[in-house]
Amino acid sequence: METIKNAIGRLVPTEINGEKQIPFQGVGKYKPEGFIHAPKISSNVDFPLDGNKKVASLKDALIKAGLKDGMTISTHHHFRNGDLIANQIFDIAKELGVKNLRWFPSASFPCHEHLIQYLEDGTINRIEGSMNGALGRFCSEGKMKGIAVLRSHGGRYQAVQDGEVKIDIAVIGAACADSFGNANGLYGQSASGLLGFALADSEYAKKVIVVTDNMVAFPCIPWQIQGNHVDFTVEMDKVGIPEQIVSGTTEITKSPDRLLLAEMTAQFCDVTGIIKDGFSFQTGAGGTSLSVSEYFGEIMRERGIKARFARGGSNKYLVKMLEEGLIEYILDGQTFDLDGVRSMAENKNHVWTSPFTSYNYHSKGNFAGIVDVVILGATEVDVNFNANVVTHSDGYLLHGIGGWQNCLFSKTVILPIPLFRDRIPVIIDEVTTICGPGELIDVIVTERGIAINPLRTDLIEKAKNSNLPIKTIHELKEEAEKICGVPKKPELTDEIIAVIKWVDGTIIDSVYKVKQ
Amino acid sequence: MEKQNKQISVGNLGPKVRSDCMVNFELANTGGIQINLISKVTPLYGDTIKSLCLKQLEFHNIENAILNIEDKGALDFVISARLEYAIKQLTNSDKDFLLDIIEENKSHSSKEKFRFSRLYLPGNTPSMMLNAGIHKPNGIILDLEDAVALEKKEEARYLVRNALRNVDFYGAERMVRINQLPLGIEDLKFIVPHHVNLILIPKCESADQIHQVEIEINRIKAAENLNYPIYYMPIIESALGVEKSFEIATATENVVSMAIGLEDFTADLGVRRTKEGNESFYARTRIVNACKAAGIQPIDSVFSDIADMEALAENVKTSKSLGFEGMGCIHPRQIAVIHENFAPEKTEIEKATNIILAFDEAKSKGLGVVSLGTKMIDAPVVKRAEKTINLAIKLGILDENWKKIELKI
Repeated sequence: METIKNAIGRLVPTEINGEKQIPFQGVGKYKPEGFIHAPKISSNVDFPLDGNKKVASLKDALIKAGLKDGMTISTHHHFRNGDLIANQIFDIAKELGVKNLRWFPSASFPCHEHLIQYLEDGTINRIEGSMNGALGRFCSEGKMKGIAVLRSHGGRYQAVQDGEVKIDIAVIGAACADSFGNANGLYGQSASGLLGFALADSEYAKKVIVVTDNMVAFPCIPWQIQGNHVDFTVEMDKVGIPEQIVSGTTEITKSPDRLLLAEMTAQFCDVTGIIKDGFSFQTGAGGTSLSVSEYFGEIMRERGIKARFARGGSNKYLVKMLEEGLIEYILDGQTFDLDGVRSMAENKNHVWTSPFTSYNYHSKGNFAGIVDVVILGATEVDVNFNANVVTHSDGYLLHGIGGWQNCLFSKTVILPIPLFRDRIPVIIDEVTTICGPGELIDVIVTERGIAINPLRTDLIEKAKNSNLPIKTIHELKEEAEKICGVPKKPELTDEIIAVIKWVDGTIIDSVYKVKQ
Repeated sequence: MEKQNKQISVGNLGPKVRSDCMVNFELANTGGIQINLISKVTPLYGDTIKSLCLKQLEFHNIENAILNIEDKGALDFVISARLEYAIKQLTNSDKDFLLDIIEENKSHSSKEKFRFSRLYLPGNTPSMMLNAGIHKPNGIILDLEDAVALEKKEEARYLVRNALRNVDFYGAERMVRINQLPLGIEDLKFIVPHHVNLILIPKCESADQIHQVEIEINRIKAAENLNYPIYYMPIIESALGVEKSFEIATATENVVSMAIGLEDFTADLGVRRTKEGNESFYARTRIVNACKAAGIQPIDSVFSDIADMEALAENVKTSKSLGFEGMGCIHPRQIAVIHENFAPEKTEIEKATNIILAFDEAKSKGLGVVSLGTKMIDAPVVKRAEKTINLAIKLGILDENWKKIELKI
């Protein structure tokens, strides 16, 4: 495979899966020309006048949509680990003898381990989305036929809009839909809150299938997905497993070490003046991040201040803050628990968003840069503040990018991470895989010290006189090595098995096959 | 040279075990050393771990053995402790393989050091030791007694020994709770030579027990030419212990504080331990009195509901009002609450500084009688105010130069 060194010093392929690629050129450097990709013109005379697009089964819908070898099939991940749709699609493809498909999910989950058999027998050629758990292991061991492509939520929208990925068939599972195809994620046994990750698919795919286990009479209100984009609708018994879709029990971590990380993160935001009246923040759904919102809440209550908005992943803690009046709006990208779903249905200030509004590269601006502070995770960070979220230090691909890359454009990016995990140092000389360039990552909070990116002289100045343990990133790395020992670099092969796309569609890094 | 057993397993394994390993060790007659390591960290630290094991086996003159390690991210000091115990069980080697002690752990303690909080750490659970210090307790206790299962007592000694040398506790006083005597005497040779700062002596009922501990400590210190101080904190856990508390508190000058353990004490009394604690009121006040009479720190029992921070805060306030100067913790999140509530309150500090200023002023004017508002200030009041101020300064709540700041000079 021919490779070229990109702007951040990584070797990346110039062509994968038969398509030309552009190496990463620096943040904000790459601006493609031309027009937004568009699906073919539809005419409504081709659709039933009574609006009923219902077909008997998902299989019928896929056949009518023209499922054939080499197609790109997209799904969304709002059902998370409770998704029952993606596996069925490829069961049907296998039954029909269709080969060489590209699966284009907005994310994959452990429940999709079922698809490994189809990656093995050639039904699926490759995944372009995220590779978690068993799928990641499969891919890392070089067993996937095509080269995997990992994109951020915003990058997925970009790829669809500029035609880098042309979706042949989008299958959109929905908690609630009518036979015309209007759909939402709010009502029914498989409620997931919203369907924002399926928005691009509904607008740009050649054929769109909406699948629901809660078919209501027209109109399905609100129509988060507009039936006017939809070709076929399918009713089935169950589109998801409710307890795996939204957890009734998102809980704050009980780990004293993670609570300390969260507390230090909140204190940092407090002493540097980030927490002020009218500010905005985004935290993830992990235990540490949830606790950061809780500590933010404590500080806000104490000072009598309010946040203008919080970006979700929403959960009961964020909803509580909204209902208490500590936050004016939740701009939600995905709902993580039942309180989130309830709040979105009831509260007009709990607003559903999509990667288009929040993260997209080809829109005229997006929300990411408006957010004052975002709290994210990472598997590794290097001394140049470059961070990795997809691979572990042994080289295995185990996580997706999610909205992580897109969130790096917020005004301040903070990564609260432990200095080491089960002896594996998190701060190292060079990350296994670069997912985000260090210039966008401002602060690393560890339990043993906080490192501020030297580019952020303003934050360094503000934190100077606090009693927080401010250290350099090199000091943190040395501290980790003093405790764990100096790690050897894991040996990887030079065979590229996946690439990491930057938010603009260029390749920021390659992922290599592991040595077994 | 060899003992009868040929094979042994040491350590912990299980889905929830972290930072630990299970070492399976077998002596052989031929075949050299075979090491099989199963670990997530093999690509990063496989070589480091193997060379550590080889060095340790060579140190003990072992030439043929099979060593299987199932590792969950254990650090060197853990792997070495597990292996050391295995070697000691299967051979008669009387040498001790020790990793270099880190500089931080050579620090000494002092009698007057604050002991508001001391965090209990089970002596055979390495994962809880690693980050204990970052929560900033005044002391950490590596517990060889109740927190270690009977069949793990011996291997825990090696882990505690290595932890004393190699885990950075970030300035916390390094304490070990030994087993109840006589087993506890055996523990001492694993901790005394390794810069332990303070030893907790459980279920103490007589001054003689303190003397027994001290005799053994002095023997080890003399044999190894050690000259750092080692202090004691006896724990009173029985009716007899309470009755003997003054004798125990004054047994030797190395007794610097004395704690009460209410679980065992209430069991000894045959009563239920309640939140209000009326059943132990006499015992607690008696301990406080004995300690104050002996000039040492009285320390209260742990508060066991780790989820209820408000009840803990109330408990600390009561404890402080009785005269206690510290409390044990069983969860790191309790530390901050304990510190906050043992520390002098704002109003308390203000009152104390006003008293001292008024006293100074009266003295400079040559007045015999000092009053603040309508209240007379006599010597004990001034003494208490001075104590509060010193405490506040040491805790960093009050500026050392508060007088200059107050008088604007």
